Amino acid sequence: MDQTVIPGPHVAEPEATEQHVEGQQHPIRIYFVIWALLFVFSTFSYLVDYFHLHGALRWSLIILFMLLKAGCIVAIFMHMAWERLALKFAILVPPLFLLILIGLMAVEGDYTFLTRLTAFLR
Amino acid sequence: MATPVSTAQGEATPEGLRGVVSDWSADKQAFRVPWGKAMMWIFLLSDTFIFTCFLTGYMNVRISTTVPWPNPSEVFALDIAGAHIPLILIAIMTMVLITSSGTMAMAVNFGYRRHRANTAALMLLTAGFGATFVAMQAFEWTKLIVEGVRPWANPWGAPQFGSCFFMITGFHGLHVSAGVVYLTVVANRVWRGFYDRKGSYETVEIAGLYWHFVDLVWVFIFAFFYLW
Repeated sequence: MDQTVIPGPHVAEPEATEQHVEGQQHPIRIYFVIWALLFVFSTFSYLVDYFHLHGALRWSLIILFMLLKAGCIVAIFMHMAWERLALKFAILVPPLFLLILIGLMAVEGDYTFLTRLTAFLR
Repeated sequence: MATPVSTAQGEATPEGLRGVVSDWSADKQAFRVPWGKAMMWIFLLSDTFIFTCFLTGYMNVRISTTVPWPNPSEVFALDIAGAHIPLILIAIMTMVLITSSGTMAMAVNFGYRRHRANTAALMLLTAGFGATFVAMQAFEWTKLIVEGVRPWANPWGAPQFGSCFFMITGFHGLHVSAGVVYLTVVANRVWRGFYDRKGSYETVEIAGLYWHFVDLVWVFIFAFFYLW
């Protein structure tokens, strides 16, 4: 990325000069690159299923391609890469707390599964 | 700032409910973006929590069931021209949604360049892809319902499969449908020159944020519900 041709909000703060560069304007090429990448990652994740990969390899590949796609969409298509840090923190940090919920529910699910096994085996 | 409310000593600030209103609308800006964009981001943050709750609930019932989970690869397979292709419908839906995200990004770009016709056309194209996605989802639902999938039972295994499927994809499909309406309304305004008169195309970017988010949610549903 050529930072000099990307007038994001972080550079659009001259004191008195009238800034007529409006909003988020970036070279159109970067959108095409991300677009193509999204197709590539989607195809890869489909191939994971198509070739019947199993176990830890399957799950790690699925999560890898998922995170790559999510990152491309949020950073470039939703312009988060060019926003100020205050907005990045406000939007991207709270979802991290969801990992606690996911962890707790995974433990709880395992517990329910074991309880059911012992109850059904009796 | 029409009526500056000063907190300086000696200045009268309203009390009671009026005070709440004046305090909450006190023109203190934390995010240096248009207010509509900040509010859309905060709405999307809340939506993230909703969809995560759904997916976490799905994870919980899938872990805790003692009955085997139906294999999505087979459930969503289609026979096309005599060939049995696993998960093909979902793969096509994914590609349609990604394509629509690309056209939406182009629309935002053209909007800020003040290409009115291009912006409106690309937004309508995006809405068209969105409508195609919803149509394919309707086809998918019909196929599964005919095959006997219900929120409480299905022919292949754990009954929780149906409730998770209908709830998660249904809620996502509702978001796509709402997005199609939203994009059509904004595209119509773009076409009539509303944002040229207003002097700002930020509404197009805000609509784009919503649309990319719908695509983002699908990325997670695709990974966890269809591929896992």
